[in-house]
Amino acid sequence: MNSKDREQKNQPILAVENLCVAYGKIKALKEISFQVYSGEIVSLLGSNGAGKTTTLNAISGIVPAQSGKIVFRGQNLVGMPTHKIVQCGIAHVPEGRRIFPELTVEENLHIAGYLFSNRNKPLLEQRMEYIFSLFPRLKERRQQAGGTLSGGEQQMLAIGRALITGGDLLLMDEPSMGIAPNLVEEIFATIQTINQKNGLTIFLVEQNAMMAMEISNYCYVLETGVIAHEGVSKDLMQDDSVARAYLGESI
Amino acid sequence: MGVLLQQAVNLLQLGSIYALLAIGFSMVYGIVGLVNFAHGDIFMVATYLLFFLATWLFSMTSSSFAVLLASTALAAAAIGLLAMIIERVAYKPLRGAPKVSLVVTSLAVGLLLQHLVLEFLGPNSQRVPRMVPDIKFTVGTVNFEFYQILIILFALFIMLLLNQFIRRTRTGVAMRAVSQDATAASLMGISKDFIISVAFVIGAAIATVGASLYGMAYPIFDPYIGQMINWWSFTAAVLGGIGNIRGAVLGGFLLAAVMVISPMVLPVSSYRDIVAFSVLILVLLVKPSGLLGKRSIQKV
Ligand SMILES: Nc1ncnc2c1ncn2[C@@H]1O[C@H](COP(=O)(O)OP(=O)(O)OP(=O)(O)O)[C@@H](O)[C@H]1O
Ligand SMILES: [Mg+2]
Repeated sequence: MNSKDREQKNQPILAVENLCVAYGKIKALKEISFQVYSGEIVSLLGSNGAGKTTTLNAISGIVPAQSGKIVFRGQNLVGMPTHKIVQCGIAHVPEGRRIFPELTVEENLHIAGYLFSNRNKPLLEQRMEYIFSLFPRLKERRQQAGGTLSGGEQQMLAIGRALITGGDLLLMDEPSMGIAPNLVEEIFATIQTINQKNGLTIFLVEQNAMMAMEISNYCYVLETGVIAHEGVSKDLMQDDSVARAYLGESI
Repeated sequence: MGVLLQQAVNLLQLGSIYALLAIGFSMVYGIVGLVNFAHGDIFMVATYLLFFLATWLFSMTSSSFAVLLASTALAAAAIGLLAMIIERVAYKPLRGAPKVSLVVTSLAVGLLLQHLVLEFLGPNSQRVPRMVPDIKFTVGTVNFEFYQILIILFALFIMLLLNQFIRRTRTGVAMRAVSQDATAASLMGISKDFIISVAFVIGAAIATVGASLYGMAYPIFDPYIGQMINWWSFTAAVLGGIGNIRGAVLGGFLLAAVMVISPMVLPVSSYRDIVAFSVLILVLLVKPSGLLGKRSIQKV
């Protein structure tokens, strides 16, 4: 797929238009615009402090947008509270995983089904089984407190939790952070699996640019709150200037 | 030996009441991070409501047990609703404001309730009608009363019920999730506003049950009882680790132990408050987060 194909697709599932976010006087995002189309894996790359987490948090309504639009399936999400945005179909694996440390693995997964578990228990069971098939390690640790899991297991749990909420768009904030290389590969393989097998659209924030570009269709590079580059991943990988200037030593 | 057993019953009775008071105080803190000093005056209003309900119900039936259950249930529902409205009107607009503003607001809400009662019902003390049969038991040298057993069993039942709710139900687990990480909980689709309302309703309803049980043992009340209740709730909650419900129960019984045991060993019974606060300070010196408190996770 090249950029022209991308534009010929009809409506993007997510369209961010001129989004501005500020923390007090600090402008973290300055009129950024980007699109994610259904079925894609799109990466948002950039170095520390570029505004990647802020972008995801603005989409989920965790931080308020100062101006601009965040249109998901035709509906503007700006001003909507986070729990309503989740109901619209956006799942978010937050930075730092943020699992509930004193709930067991099972309770962490159950509570992710909060929106439907009272009405549809079998659906929750079915999704739990699916998570356990993706991450058998979680199944062995069902009764363990979330806070006692290793970093890698916590990341699996955070992904599992987001999948159970049942969105069609999955936002992931640095799933490779602080995780051993072989496990990172396993997690990236899982990301591809859920994209291909379940048709989940994925918007991936990463500092590990090379790995992210390898699995994604399209990339945006964020630099201090503005989108400095964008393109089809394969083209971007070839572009030396992009690589050297913005993606740092990980290339 | 007889004296000890006697005091053990007193301790359990008092501890059960303190525990019920501290639960609501602690639960609200765990969810909203608010030290709710209106709690004591909510208890006071609950006591007045129980008094009026019981008097009214006695005009319709003579079954004192039915009056006890009906007045407690009705008052718990009404006071739960009152607490929810107070939260919506007074605390919710201050969400995100410094904690100090919230504490001051809760003190103001408490004073407002107290002055409303003073204005409309006057400062005189009243007496809760007797709702339990006056039965005394004697086992060996130990004397205890039926109402003491009732207080302990009723409180135990409420605590077990709450425990099941918090552990097993969808809303209960959601409450725990919100108290551990409110942002992550919202990403699971949980509305924080809803959970906050639930915490206020349950906390106030349990305090109302506490008021009903307290009235059996200490039937005299006036518009000023809120202050004392506040300090008990606060001390018990902080002793156990504020925000932790099991801690609140533990703190309640520990406070009761101090209250019951210190007059036995000290020359002047009024020293017991000094002992109670000394124990509080000592525990906090050794473990600043309280007995069962976790080192609080700084929320960003
Ligand atoms: N809560 C906050 N208050 C004030 N400034 C903030 C806050 N959160 C982020 N910022 C600032 O906004 C900018 C963007 O931060 P953000 O967390 O979005 O970066 P990031 O790209 O996710 O970085 P990293 O790769 O280190 O996670 C930074 O300059 C940061 O200091
Ligand atoms: Mg970040």
